[in-house]
Amino acid sequence: MSRKRLATVWLDGCSGCHMSFLDMDERLIELAEKVELVFSPLVDAKEFPPDVDITLVEGAVSSEEDLHKIRLVRRRTKLLVSLGDCAVTANVPAMRNPFPVQAIYDRAYRENATLMQGTPHEVIPRLLPYARPVHEVVHVDVYLPGCPPSADVIHYALTELLEGREPELSARTRFGA
Amino acid sequence: MSATGAVRTLKIDGRDCSARPQATILEVARENKIFIPRLCQLEGLSTVGACRLCLVEVKGSNKLLPACTTTVDEGMEITTSSEELASYRRMIVELLFTEGNHICSVCVSNGHCELQTMAQRLGVTHIHLPYRYPKKQVDASHERFVLDHNRCVLCTRCVRVCDEIEGAHTWDLMGRGIDSKVITDLNQPWGSSESCTSCGKCVQVCPTGALFEKGRSVAEMEKRRQFLPYLTLMRGERT
Amino acid sequence: MTPEELEDIAQRERETQREFPQRVNVCVAAGCLSCQSDAVKEALVKEAASRGLGDQCQVKGVGCMGLCSEGPLVSISTGHLYQHVSARDAGAILDSLQGSLVEQLLCPTDTPFFQRQKKIVLENSGTIDPERIEEYIACQGYHALVKALTEMTPQQVIAEITTSGLRGRGGAGYPTGLKWSTVAKAVGTQKFVICNADEGDPGAFMDRSVLESDPHRVLEGMLIAAYAVGASQGYIYVRAEYPLAIARLKTAIRQAERLGLLGANICGTGFNLHIELRLGAGAFVCGEETALIASIEGRRGTPRPRPPYPAMEGLVGQPTLINNVETYANVPPILRNGGAWYAQIGTEQSKGTKVFALAGRVRNTGLVEVPMGISLREMVFEIGGGIPDGKEFKAVQTGGPSGGCLPRETLDMPVEYESLARAGSIMGSGGMIVMDETSCMVDVAKYFMDFCMTESCGKCIPCRVGTYQMHRILSAITDMSAAAQDLKLLEELCDLVKHTSLCGLGQSAPNPVLSTLKYFLEEYQAHVHEHKCPAGACGVKMLEKVDA
Repeated sequence: MSRKRLATVWLDGCSGCHMSFLDMDERLIELAEKVELVFSPLVDAKEFPPDVDITLVEGAVSSEEDLHKIRLVRRRTKLLVSLGDCAVTANVPAMRNPFPVQAIYDRAYRENATLMQGTPHEVIPRLLPYARPVHEVVHVDVYLPGCPPSADVIHYALTELLEGREPELSARTRFGA
Repeated sequence: MSATGAVRTLKIDGRDCSARPQATILEVARENKIFIPRLCQLEGLSTVGACRLCLVEVKGSNKLLPACTTTVDEGMEITTSSEELASYRRMIVELLFTEGNHICSVCVSNGHCELQTMAQRLGVTHIHLPYRYPKKQVDASHERFVLDHNRCVLCTRCVRVCDEIEGAHTWDLMGRGIDSKVITDLNQPWGSSESCTSCGKCVQVCPTGALFEKGRSVAEMEKRRQFLPYLTLMRGERT
Repeated sequence: MTPEELEDIAQRERETQREFPQRVNVCVAAGCLSCQSDAVKEALVKEAASRGLGDQCQVKGVGCMGLCSEGPLVSISTGHLYQHVSARDAGAILDSLQGSLVEQLLCPTDTPFFQRQKKIVLENSGTIDPERIEEYIACQGYHALVKALTEMTPQQVIAEITTSGLRGRGGAGYPTGLKWSTVAKAVGTQKFVICNADEGDPGAFMDRSVLESDPHRVLEGMLIAAYAVGASQGYIYVRAEYPLAIARLKTAIRQAERLGLLGANICGTGFNLHIELRLGAGAFVCGEETALIASIEGRRGTPRPRPPYPAMEGLVGQPTLINNVETYANVPPILRNGGAWYAQIGTEQSKGTKVFALAGRVRNTGLVEVPMGISLREMVFEIGGGIPDGKEFKAVQTGGPSGGCLPRETLDMPVEYESLARAGSIMGSGGMIVMDETSCMVDVAKYFMDFCMTESCGKCIPCRVGTYQMHRILSAITDMSAAAQDLKLLEELCDLVKHTSLCGLGQSAPNPVLSTLKYFLEEYQAHVHEHKCPAGACGVKMLEKVDA
């Protein structure tokens, strides 16, 4: 049996979901026999490859870069999984949403800056008006809430998906879990 | 119609149940360990039928009826769960999530929140309606408690417990529709309320982290409701 | 007050009226008042006085004559009607009482607008002075009350109402006789009658007009109802936005009390009824009966689940009869002429007449009373006079924010409770808004959803948040920014709000959307898929800005 092509991406999130992914510990070895990790912050690939079977997305869609990335990921992925509350609900990144973007920039880069006050125009991608859950932007196949979802839940979900079954997640995890 | 005073017999989800007259469907279901979701109802407080989560099907009625306010009738046949009810209930919970700013992961009530638990229990894994992201206030003017409007689901338990149990009627509602909010006194900061006795009952009955004790951090706010059945018992049957 | 004494008053009043060989009636209901009919009346009075006609020509203010769009209206004793009258026409009008008519002001009354109407509720509107009880009595007013009190038992009164087939005119169409007998049978320490005059539908002014034009009719209806159900206290819950109706009701109550027709020991029969006014503070939801009761009790006006119905547990937990203004206004003629007489009018399931406030894109806008069962086509094209400016008819909206938009295909449908409901609308309280091809049906749905969203009391979740979400989607559609799945979401929300909301406001809030989705789906699709508004109503402002 050929190994499935797995990818993970990190949008606007804290990387906690990726940490939780790593918390699968020795189960990662067993997983590695079933999947090939073709793209991830954890590996060295620079470009998101085509024909990915499963992609786990951590984080909300907050910036123009996130938007570009998630659209590309969606085009190149068969099964897209929203991993964790930021991807599922926009979570903490969404706490800025009641405020206009300029107010966020001012707070971050002017009021609280001690050096080089002023909104950066290079390197930092521009913020979208709202940080949004992934499924508001592209179609999502599986929702895996939790902040972060536990390693057990991630392992269960991946195992089920690799077996071609739909994981039953609402009993195992929840918002804020 | 059977005479008042006689026991009522009815069927809930095909199960034969008996009930005292004037009992509500919700009470009978609970006695029979049949789960009916609800957010606004709390035993010991008056019922308002506002959250609509406890809607059930009653044979012969073309409308869904709230289990918390509908009293039982002889021979009633009630269905508490169906595909249709489940989808309505999920959607109502979703509406609540879109209405306020519910960020479970950083909430004092994370892990002890009725809204969060309800979402999980009803199988809400994501919100398929767009969020509203309203700008809402936090009132931390009280020396011991905080009101965070972002997490309020307008169940009015605080209003009722303050009025019916404590007798202070510090809480009430103002505004209409989506702009409704709970207020203390005549929309004065809680800390300056003259009617508030600082008893904290409102905090304990609040289903979410909208009302909490100061000094509690994420997931640390567990509500203690033991006083309510105790007080109700001590005061006897309230009619 | 005995039947003889009442007849005496009527006789005296008729004689007084006959002393005037010439009469000029000026409409002083809100519609004509808003185009200065009070100045017209004043000018006529002055002119008559200066000509020394004081004891020959009577100039009086009367209630609504119906054709509000042509106001101020003035009728004269030769039977002619003048329209668009201004104060400077006073002389010419007085001249015309015995000379030639003022041709340029003449309003033809042989048109379907006047000829197709059947007036029961409005029988005195536009002919009597609403501020004088004697005039009402002279037109057989309070005769039904005295008849009921002196000749009939409460059961007989209810039987008569049941025979008449009268159904609630507030919108839901619940059989009035059945409601009355429920309250009559209910047990309580005190019973109440309430008149719901919290008319709030956009474009509807039937109740206001009845209260302004013939307030005693409503009082008499309430008195008879109170006698039938055994109530001793009554409330009229009228919206504060109707100052004229409130003033005339206050006058009417005072007058009726003075004559012993209202208050304690009415007509010496030992029957008591005190009626008080309660003013609504501007919440549409207070037209919902349980919210209305809460408001009268001094609480926040929000509905509560029913049952228990107000008939069993209403005001302060006591059996309470709540009827709408028009329902009560139908009661005196039913008792005078018998239930069987009333039951002949209308259709099998919807008896009698209905007052409609005809508005929107029709030539004749105003107040009309027609027999039930008349077709929408007759309403729009005959009574309404058709669509002005050579435009095409598109839809007629009945029932306000709880109703729906009915298209051309339904024009031949009879106007009655069941057929309107089958077509996806409701009878409602009687608002009827006609729309032509320039109206975008998505925009119309959005308008009504905006209304429901702002008027939602916020108590139950589906209505509070659901109307917000539906309004958001409708706004996105009219902004041409909606996605294809938004239509599905809209339908899903309609279904939820309709089936899970606590009260009628929420349960019916999706109706304008559902009916336009049913009949005008292609307009929604054009907005969503082609980013075009077929009626040219949406996004037009933006384009104009760009062009300029």
